Amino acid sequence: MSVITYRQALRDTLRAEMVRDENVYVIGEEIGLFEGSYKITEGLLKEFGPKRVRDTPIAEEGFVGAAVGSAMLGLRPVVELMTINFSLLAIDQIINHAAKIYGMFGGQTSVPMVIRTPGGGGQQLGATHSQNIELFYSFIPGLKVMAPSTPAEASSMLRAAVRDDDPVLFLENLGLYNSKGEVPDDYAEPENDNVATIGRAGVAREGSDITLIGYSRMASVATQVAEKLAEEDISVEVVDLRSLRPLDRQTFVDSVKKTGSAVICEDDWLTYGIGAEIAASIQEGAFDYLDAPVRRVAMAEVPMPYAKPLETAALPGVESISTAIKETLSAVGKRVG
Amino acid sequence: MADTAKPKGGSAKASGSRRRTRKETSGVSNEKPELLLDYYRRMLFIRRFEERTSQAYTQARIGGYCHLNLGEEATVVGLMSALRETDYLYTNYRDHGYAIEKGMDPNRVMAELYGRQDGVARGWGGSMHMYDTETRMLGGYGIVGGQLPLAAGAALAVSYRDGDDVVMCQMGDGTTNVGAWHETLNIAKLWNLPIVFVVINNFTGMGTSVEESSAEPDLYKRGSAFRIEGERVDGRDVLAVRDTATRLVERARKEQTPFILEAWSYRMKGHSVVDPAKYRTQEEKDEARSKENDPVAIFENELTKAGVLDDKTRDEIAASVKERVAEAADFAENSPNPDVASLFEYTYATPVPNESRRMPADPVFAD
Repeated sequence: MSVITYRQALRDTLRAEMVRDENVYVIGEEIGLFEGSYKITEGLLKEFGPKRVRDTPIAEEGFVGAAVGSAMLGLRPVVELMTINFSLLAIDQIINHAAKIYGMFGGQTSVPMVIRTPGGGGQQLGATHSQNIELFYSFIPGLKVMAPSTPAEASSMLRAAVRDDDPVLFLENLGLYNSKGEVPDDYAEPENDNVATIGRAGVAREGSDITLIGYSRMASVATQVAEKLAEEDISVEVVDLRSLRPLDRQTFVDSVKKTGSAVICEDDWLTYGIGAEIAASIQEGAFDYLDAPVRRVAMAEVPMPYAKPLETAALPGVESISTAIKETLSAVGKRVG
Repeated sequence: MADTAKPKGGSAKASGSRRRTRKETSGVSNEKPELLLDYYRRMLFIRRFEERTSQAYTQARIGGYCHLNLGEEATVVGLMSALRETDYLYTNYRDHGYAIEKGMDPNRVMAELYGRQDGVARGWGGSMHMYDTETRMLGGYGIVGGQLPLAAGAALAVSYRDGDDVVMCQMGDGTTNVGAWHETLNIAKLWNLPIVFVVINNFTGMGTSVEESSAEPDLYKRGSAFRIEGERVDGRDVLAVRDTATRLVERARKEQTPFILEAWSYRMKGHSVVDPAKYRTQEEKDEARSKENDPVAIFENELTKAGVLDDKTRDEIAASVKERVAEAADFAENSPNPDVASLFEYTYATPVPNESRRMPADPVFAD
């Protein structure tokens, strides 16, 4: 095993897939000469040339749609959208076209493409650059939505996304790019079958008192919460959703059946958010096992402010999640440390 | 030669009569009679096919939205005569004639309109979404402008593989105002893509005129900001459309660069079958439906005058077209409905765990 950053896991896996399959090419704003706003495409232009590392004008609808069209002819574009906020400029091509072409034409042509894009908050980027709107895409049949939280997941899940024949929205996170974790030594090899299964959640940490569910950055925060609460003798089981569509309900429902209670943590807004779907699924799948209402910890329902104290207050974090867990365990009547 | 008689700019009132005059084409005498008769038969086929479609729609055999190519027969046949079989086509939702002309079996096009299992898209697309990988008609699209970036992407894939196919991307006049038009034209020129953007100008985007919606109503000029050459052609003239389109398609192939072709003609009926077009004056309706603007009548008249088409041949063609359209309708009538058990077969190309196969009233967790 080696320890690398989430950023490097993405970069090296992308390179490996480009070596493996010449139909794979990357396309987006500032990904070539500039080497990517977050340097995920560092060195790729030099190695593969402009045909396979295509810089675009600032025209999200145009270049995302062009990627879809090229995928219809069998290329395998990996699109970089600088942040998920800018995906709104391409949403017609993603939802009305990429997601529809396979079904709407009776299964004649698939759209093998990946749209990589970071969500996030906490970087003082203000209201239009700090949103977590993966819900929009997770809502849409025809799309697959993946959200890795560790370098190992980033690598195996990106490999799965590139090799899949459907359009995959691949959610990264500004707050995770510099995070480190273990990956297999051969993670960057082109002939690598360390490929994640799309549509599967995972138990990131086992526990017995309560289930804590998150994805992307919040799965990473959830693990920190579990580590901290372990010191207070509270055993938290962490479920990392990994795939937002398809959604692996069974994994978190099984966990809740074991622990009897659940807290969901999410970086998006609470009302109608991803957590609402998780909570609804828990009540349907584990109603008789619940000892307390399901709690959701989510971002305050405001456009993200710029000032640091306001931004920090708006975002969920280790403290707010810990509080929700303790309150839930109190309601259950379990001892709280 | 292309007749480039221009639609008048300004509002209909300011410019007086909307009537567009048309030069006599001299092309007929230089063409092989059998080719001319083939064009005539194909134009008449679209006419009768669309009339049958309209009838089936009013009988509720066809659902959804339904936009017809009536009045555009010469444009459709002329454009498709300019493409090689291996060239790609993207269109908007007014796509029945294009689907047939690109090579799809009319039986299966009609079956798609009926929403049946033998439809070109197995009943998943309907009127607006004809599609066939084999004949490289890569879709009718219902979102105005949605097909433009896709078509550019197809041209990008051709270019990526050093192929010599061309992509034709058809749209209506209103499409030149959407953002995707500007973004796609810019990309197509920057990336040297072999694509011809064809703007069908019937002077009306649903009910809003070109003059009321486009600050530059000479639509073929609208690529000038991207240094894309454009031409205008009389879309009522099949030979003019074929010749102009062929020239631009071959230039796109050779020069690896995009072009714009504006073809103007009349929309004989409303925007869709159910639209009575009350926003049009009686004068405008008369003009759109007049014999002198009807491409089928114009061509029939020319061929008759040139001695290519006599009464006997005309009647034979009419009878065979009628029979073939009836066969398509029969085929559609007799094609089974898609099996409801196939409902979840086309959500994803690569199956993955936990795909939802839940019917509306099913519980999320089935024991």
